[in-house]
Amino acid sequence: MKKLMTGNEAFAYGAYLHGVRFAAAYPGTPSSEILSNYARYPGVFAEWSPNEKVALDAAIGAAYAGTRAMSSMKHVGMNVAADSLFYAVYTGLKAGLVIVCADDPNMHSSQNEQDNRNYAKFAKCPMLEPSDNEEAKQFVGTALDISEQYDTPVIVRSVTRLSHSSTPVEVTDQEPPPPPEEPPVYERDAQKFVMVPANARRRHPVVEERLKQLAEFAESTPINYIEPGDSKLGIVSAGICYHYAREVFPDATFLKLGMVYPLPEKLIHKFAEQVEKIIVVEELDPFLEERLKLMGIEVQGKDIFPMIGEFSPSLVRSCAVQAGLIEAPEAPPEIKSNLERPIRPPMLCPGCGHRALFHVLRENGVLVTGDIGCYTLAFAPPLNAMHTTGCMGASIGVAHGINKAGVKDDVAAVLGDSTFLHSGIHPVIDVLYNQGSTTTIISDNNATAMTGFQEHPGTGKTVQDMETKVVDPEKLVRGIGYEKVDICDPYDIDKMEKILQDHLKSEEPSVIIARHPCVLSTREKHTPPEVDPEICINCGVCLDIGCSPLVQEEDHVRIDTLLCNGCGLCVKVCPQEAIIEK
Amino acid sequence: MKNIDFLMAGVGGQGTILASNILAEVGLQLGYDVKKAEVHGMAQRGGQVDSHIRWGDKVYSPLVEENNADYLIGFEMLEAARFPHFLKENSLALVNDYRINPPLVNLGKATYPSKKEIETLILERAGKVLWIEGTGIAKNLGNPAMVGVVMLGALSTLIGGDKEAWLDVVGRMVPQKFVELNKEAFNAGCAVTV
Repeated sequence: MKKLMTGNEAFAYGAYLHGVRFAAAYPGTPSSEILSNYARYPGVFAEWSPNEKVALDAAIGAAYAGTRAMSSMKHVGMNVAADSLFYAVYTGLKAGLVIVCADDPNMHSSQNEQDNRNYAKFAKCPMLEPSDNEEAKQFVGTALDISEQYDTPVIVRSVTRLSHSSTPVEVTDQEPPPPPEEPPVYERDAQKFVMVPANARRRHPVVEERLKQLAEFAESTPINYIEPGDSKLGIVSAGICYHYAREVFPDATFLKLGMVYPLPEKLIHKFAEQVEKIIVVEELDPFLEERLKLMGIEVQGKDIFPMIGEFSPSLVRSCAVQAGLIEAPEAPPEIKSNLERPIRPPMLCPGCGHRALFHVLRENGVLVTGDIGCYTLAFAPPLNAMHTTGCMGASIGVAHGINKAGVKDDVAAVLGDSTFLHSGIHPVIDVLYNQGSTTTIISDNNATAMTGFQEHPGTGKTVQDMETKVVDPEKLVRGIGYEKVDICDPYDIDKMEKILQDHLKSEEPSVIIARHPCVLSTREKHTPPEVDPEICINCGVCLDIGCSPLVQEEDHVRIDTLLCNGCGLCVKVCPQEAIIEK
Repeated sequence: MKNIDFLMAGVGGQGTILASNILAEVGLQLGYDVKKAEVHGMAQRGGQVDSHIRWGDKVYSPLVEENNADYLIGFEMLEAARFPHFLKENSLALVNDYRINPPLVNLGKATYPSKKEIETLILERAGKVLWIEGTGIAKNLGNPAMVGVVMLGALSTLIGGDKEAWLDVVGRMVPQKFVELNKEAFNAGCAVTV
């Protein structure tokens, strides 16, 4: 029987089917649902780790101990986890370790568009790339087998379009292995697992030799194959792009690669001999193309298809037409209308506590170094209240550097509770240790909200719904040595402002915890206020808080009661007192 | 079996993703190969959500190709207006007669196009625009979030296929306590087009 599954559901199912008993991750679009789906299977242990590096270390530990393990992350999560990836490639493992890593071409929800295939080459780690969700399920199993046979971690690469697309997956062909009868026994082997220089020097040749053997494996594995077709045109492709190419070049000969590192060079040469012209269809970097060119094979790729953004059948076809590879299809006439269609950017939700905080920050003219989360949306108009955002945890270090540079602006770092626990702890230590004066604001909504309300060490629950200890950010920063720490509900904007001004004035490093639980996860809702059209002078001050239920009509502002959460922030900011709480 | 490509467009929170899941599942029940694509992540914050659903003998890409969609199902008027270039000639658009202002419109800095303008634009490709009081019907039944199921009801009468198969999938995929209400919403959608 076939069932529709998203790519992420299929990765989770594949891990369960192939005996993964330990999995760890930190949420990140488009990879988050891999772990949350895996966590629901019986007999497995799953955890949200504070960040991707911790998650990968934990998965490596489980694999050292002889238990099949998985770690999943988004592409930029691999940057955080990279140190661990590199040592695990040297040490190898005892049981299989699969790392599922999801790239985000077009940056649907990311700060960059890095192509993580480069990590495979960089870390000397084999990489598989499924093209649909049946393959997503199967390749997790293949990866674990390779991992155990060749004693190496294996990366399975996804992209947003695969992780978030649904395709049929066979669900009745396999059963998971039975649970082990005995607990695993750790086999101590310091020469293999202690990467001091002397041992690491012995391991590096092992890694190089292993890559040669993996290249041999790539020649014979059934996940790399030639699909015969017209010999005039040969297409090399992998992953989701293979399907776009199949639609655009239905008659071509295909080399479909399920393993993108290391590559099967003999198979590629054999393919090259069969076809007159070779085109590589790959998103982002010319990863396959460059390798083929180094092999002395004449190919085209990035001179036809873009290096930037996400592919689609439409894009692949139009590029192919432009390059003269195919005839232009019959198309309906171009659409002539140039009707203006205003964009609909994502916004902070009605009732969101972040909004009140950023309103206060803006009103006080603060230079805000920001971070990754829902609150990043505060950079946009009309709030315009965030001035830098780079990556997870960057806000505090950047604020510290700006302060040390000696600018006159009041500077505050703002990051969420989950982001603080991910990578905000070391930078607050830095500020304290190096006698900085930075004010760090933890905008604490008690959730990893942006990626779908996942639990984290501050929420008191695990991914498998177990009650657990709560890591309290206040105790944490006091324990580190911070003496100036205040907690405030940002909806109390007068108190919030007083605390903010006090902290900004102070030469002491300080932390403000602006705490209001995410209204979507707590379902907090109040009666919407009303605008008295007689009093409202349509000045637009309330509109500057950027709350979607506030609508400007011809002579007054109206509140859309269907959308309104009743938080009352607009009541507080209205200078005419025209908005009345109900 | 003829391939059928659908495009759904709405605003985060309108139930677009559930409706697209139902439509994909119905295709599978009717014996098609099915693929579906959408991007979520920031959608919950009131951004746009568009979903591609493809039924066919053999479907490769989960993304619909421009100039090829058979049906455009708009949950919100402006969102429907973003995708006519995906439609083939003489295709069909079902559009919920409902408006959610984007932020710039609320701020008085952009204009929401008129219904007439939107219809004219979509008719450059579609053979017909079927306006449906989806949100109105769902609200009258007690929950505006059922708009997706109303729209699917209307769509089902145009595509055909056993109505019971549709209702069965709706019953399995909506929250348990709202099964009957959703079936009512589906039937109300059917009644619009019959």
